[in-house]
Amino acid sequence: MTSAASDGLTTIDIHGTEVQTFVAGAGPNIVYLHSALWLGDDTAFVHELAKHGHVIAPLHPGIGVGKDKNNIGSVDDLAYLYLDLIDQLKLKDVTLVGASFGGWIAAEMAVRNCNALSRLVLIDALGVKLGAREHRDIQDFYGTPDAELTRMCFADPAKGGAELRLLGDDDLRRRLRAREALARYGWQPYMHNPRLKLRLHRVSVPTLVMWGDKDGVASPDYGKAYANLIPGSQFELVINAGHLSHIEHPAAVASRIQSFAHNR
Amino acid sequence: MRVYHFSEEPYPDVWTPDRPTLRVTLPNELCDPKRANELYHRYVDEWMLADQLGFDIMLNEHHSTATCLTASANLMLAILARVTKNARLLVLGVPVCNRQDPVRIAEEMSMIDVISGGRLEFGMIKGVPYEIAPANSQPTRMMDRFWEAHDIIVKAMTTHNGAFNFEGEFFHHRTVNIWPRPWQQPHPPIWSSTSTPANAKEIGVRGYVCGSFMGGIEETRKLHKAYAEGYREGGFGNEVPVDRFGYLAMCATANTEAEGRRRADMIADYLRTNAQVADPFNKPPGYFSVDAAFRSMRSPNPRAFRTLMTPKGRPVELSTATLDDFIECGIAFAGTPDQVYEQICSFVDGIGGLGNLLLMGQGGHLNHEETVDSITLFGKQVLPRLKARYVPEMKFAA
Repeated sequence: MTSAASDGLTTIDIHGTEVQTFVAGAGPNIVYLHSALWLGDDTAFVHELAKHGHVIAPLHPGIGVGKDKNNIGSVDDLAYLYLDLIDQLKLKDVTLVGASFGGWIAAEMAVRNCNALSRLVLIDALGVKLGAREHRDIQDFYGTPDAELTRMCFADPAKGGAELRLLGDDDLRRRLRAREALARYGWQPYMHNPRLKLRLHRVSVPTLVMWGDKDGVASPDYGKAYANLIPGSQFELVINAGHLSHIEHPAAVASRIQSFAHNR
Repeated sequence: MRVYHFSEEPYPDVWTPDRPTLRVTLPNELCDPKRANELYHRYVDEWMLADQLGFDIMLNEHHSTATCLTASANLMLAILARVTKNARLLVLGVPVCNRQDPVRIAEEMSMIDVISGGRLEFGMIKGVPYEIAPANSQPTRMMDRFWEAHDIIVKAMTTHNGAFNFEGEFFHHRTVNIWPRPWQQPHPPIWSSTSTPANAKEIGVRGYVCGSFMGGIEETRKLHKAYAEGYREGGFGNEVPVDRFGYLAMCATANTEAEGRRRADMIADYLRTNAQVADPFNKPPGYFSVDAAFRSMRSPNPRAFRTLMTPKGRPVELSTATLDDFIECGIAFAGTPDQVYEQICSFVDGIGGLGNLLLMGQGGHLNHEETVDSITLFGKQVLPRLKARYVPEMKFAA
């Protein structure tokens, strides 16, 4: 959410944790959980979603600057925080959308409680460990030079936007906060919960798993295997897309989510 | 004044400037175990000589690197506790936030204190950024973890009436009861190191010994001042004894100025290789505050290792500095015994007093014969003069 979008941020106090949340649009409820990577560059995607519904997009604590007396520090914390957010806003029939790291949070929410959800959409989601212990399912953001990470995240690296050092002060600070917060939540075990794959059978809403065909962070094979753990889920590739397929193709991905959400 | 002989036990055979990294990802096929064996024994011999000459001893540890073969300072301390006789044994330090189990640290430190007959000086440190990856350590909230580890270690060393329970935010032990307990009571002297006034003050509040590394006169003065503020705030008295502060510099002595300078220049490769780290491992997320990371990205040279000011206000980037730059900043002392003595006195008087001088007397390609000659000359001709001039009863100049 860029500076422009952040003008629309509302602060919601959830049992002592202030969550800065972007709210836009009208219609069916869409809760969108961002990736923390390339933070801000998903603005176009959020606006596309808002064409189709009432979008609620929280900034994860540590990235947003709200006060937090609860010291939110794990994906487990985030999953309960956003379930509480849904309860507090009395949202029903929510289409829950999560990209990359946000997809991990969305999956953790869905295995805990699907009561307020009607659809789950995971975009290049992280969160499960599928391969052998010597195999790295999810590339190490923190052990990868920036240029290489850009190639993993974008099929067309030109869509990766400006180098960090060229960002404006506010955007650079927010990116640095996101980098730190993502490490706080996902450093070890690295970007996954070893128990999540044993729980995905609990997801009881129709689920769409979308994956960049050129995702260099977590491969499409990983995505397919992830989807196979969710009963009845659909798996679809986003063509010519890297790990951040929703940033690379915002209109197409949002439009596919819209058709999935309304096809009941 | 105590003077400590320090070496990182380098493996310099593979140090070439063209390697993008000497740390973290450098394959260990480059490390010949037979050569490493020779080096370990050589460095122990040098520490034993230092002990005989009246030096104290300092060591530290680094991981996955050709710059430092001491992968566990505790293991080397255990050897030195047995083979040395008089030297204080300073570890600066144990990277307590990169260790999974602080109780184990308390046990090992107590063992070393007992084996050495109470010669341990126990440094606890945060560790440098590129130690995060080898330890797979959580880089966020490190100082919170540091102080919790510190608390359990000190409590473990000072509790003698049976097991206690500790259920903190980071560490959980239901039955803490270490054997042996430390020789020194209530616990070995505790040190920490820092380069920031805020941390120096925090160390002062606790009355611990503050180590500062190669900051030169200007930065060290600031640390002194912050430490003294903390020390008074901690209720330890208005005057700070000089033994509460330590300063690390590089040092080489020889019979001629030219030879002393040549030796120091080899030791200085220790600093020059510091920037040889693969980029992603240099700035782990959360290790530096968002503000510090922001300033670094906005600086003209984000890859700089560390930039110091000379007393005349000239900036010096340490990874590319010349020996004269290092001498001018007060982070290298080099030349004949008289010259080295004068340089050290000028530095110590310039910062307002010092009780612990930590000298990297071996570094880089400086070989065994050169090291022996250098520390022998220092031990015989410089050390006695320093001990006479700077007596332990001295206080920091205000």
